[in-house]
Amino acid sequence: MRKVIHNELYTKRFGIELAQKLKPGDIIALIGDLGTGKTTLTKSIAEGLGITEMITSPTFTIVREYMSGRIPLYHFDVYRLSSAEEMNELGYEEYFFGQGVCVIEWADKIMELIPQGSIIIRIEYGINEEERIYHITNIT
Amino acid sequence: MKDNKLITLGIETSCDETSAAVILEEREVLSNVIASQIKVHQAFGGVVPEIASRHHLNNINPVIDSALKEADITLRDVDLIGVTSGPGLVGALLIGLATAKSMAYVLKKPLIGVHHIQGHISAVYIEHKELEPPFLALVVSGGHTSIVDVTDYNKYEVLGHTRDDAAGEAFDKVARVLGLGYPGGPLIDEAAKKGNPHAVEFKRVFLEKDSLDFSFSGIKTGVLNYLNTQKLKGAQLNVNDTAASFQLAVMEVLTAKTIVAAKRTKRDKIVIAGGVAANSLLRQMMKDECERKGFDLYFPSPILCTDNAAMIGCAACYKYKSGLVDNLFLDAYPNKAL
Repeated sequence: MRKVIHNELYTKRFGIELAQKLKPGDIIALIGDLGTGKTTLTKSIAEGLGITEMITSPTFTIVREYMSGRIPLYHFDVYRLSSAEEMNELGYEEYFFGQGVCVIEWADKIMELIPQGSIIIRIEYGINEEERIYHITNIT
Repeated sequence: MKDNKLITLGIETSCDETSAAVILEEREVLSNVIASQIKVHQAFGGVVPEIASRHHLNNINPVIDSALKEADITLRDVDLIGVTSGPGLVGALLIGLATAKSMAYVLKKPLIGVHHIQGHISAVYIEHKELEPPFLALVVSGGHTSIVDVTDYNKYEVLGHTRDDAAGEAFDKVARVLGLGYPGGPLIDEAAKKGNPHAVEFKRVFLEKDSLDFSFSGIKTGVLNYLNTQKLKGAQLNVNDTAASFQLAVMEVLTAKTIVAAKRTKRDKIVIAGGVAANSLLRQMMKDECERKGFDLYFPSPILCTDNAAMIGCAACYKYKSGLVDNLFLDAYPNKAL
């Protein structure tokens, strides 16, 4: 599915709506360059899950956990990993197959670990400065 | 003990640097050894956690040995052990913690876990013997951007922090897209000296009125959008001008919010600490503003701005003297709040 996101307001709406449908164990893999709004989208998903904590960039610590919402949120940024094996160090299976929702930024770095049934959102720049194009697929 | 003075061994492994230091009482540094992995990480454009923990493991023992040797003491002289327990990369933190815990157990000495940000703030005590709380601190690095009201040596109130990227992280990411490399802070600082800071007016994000929080994700996007627009126009990109304009936008926000916070808390002293406190423009702007507004300004020399164990040892000694001692159950807290 292709979706045109005109600006940040649409990102927010999309994230909140997506969050309503999420259930424990769901994984959302985000793929897109710097500045395409991966963290912004994650913030909206968190808002939709009813998370009250502030969502900050997980770049430094790779994963951050948020427990205040309807379902726990595990927010990953795997940019700095050089290989998928390094995810083992983090004990990623407990997150991926746990009771929360995982949102993974730079998921293309660890594609072989993304389980079946995950939602992949590939984000590209649009024609206008604030516009983004979402390509949404499911891993089956 | 040395001349009846307490000796603290400090250990820091939260991110890039493996460091050990020997501190006499609170503020005297007998040694501060830092082994950096920046060369290793340069190839990847950022800290690679697995590499980080493996190198910490290789470095930690030699680094501690050199710290003791340089301080001209032996392990038996050590009275307490301070170690960074968070925040940071979990694998990296665990190396320092496991080392500190084993030493505390074998030597039967107190173990003190130190918050990395408390460490950065304590770095300022080392070179400014006259500085005492209360004061207002801005802690800015690759992983943190916080405004902290320091009411006492072990009492902190976080007044504001970043809602998305840390300031140093924004420098790393912008340096990456400008093709400058890693670490972004010093490289942008250098490039900016040759550029016009008013060439591009990047939006300064101040958030809601009265907020002391920060947001640096927007300015990163602003730089990216600017680069794309230039590319579409087929215009030549001036890297130095872009770096200078980006840097000025970030530093204006940091400076303005710090001054507002100091006024609001009625503090007359301001401290800047953390890796970004080594930035030449931030230092100059803060100096000018503090002079104009009547604040005393303190910042560490660049070597104590980076992650180092001297600051951890200093903080540990203050905690110890207030009776804040941990036991061997001390764990790593990657997302620990101050």
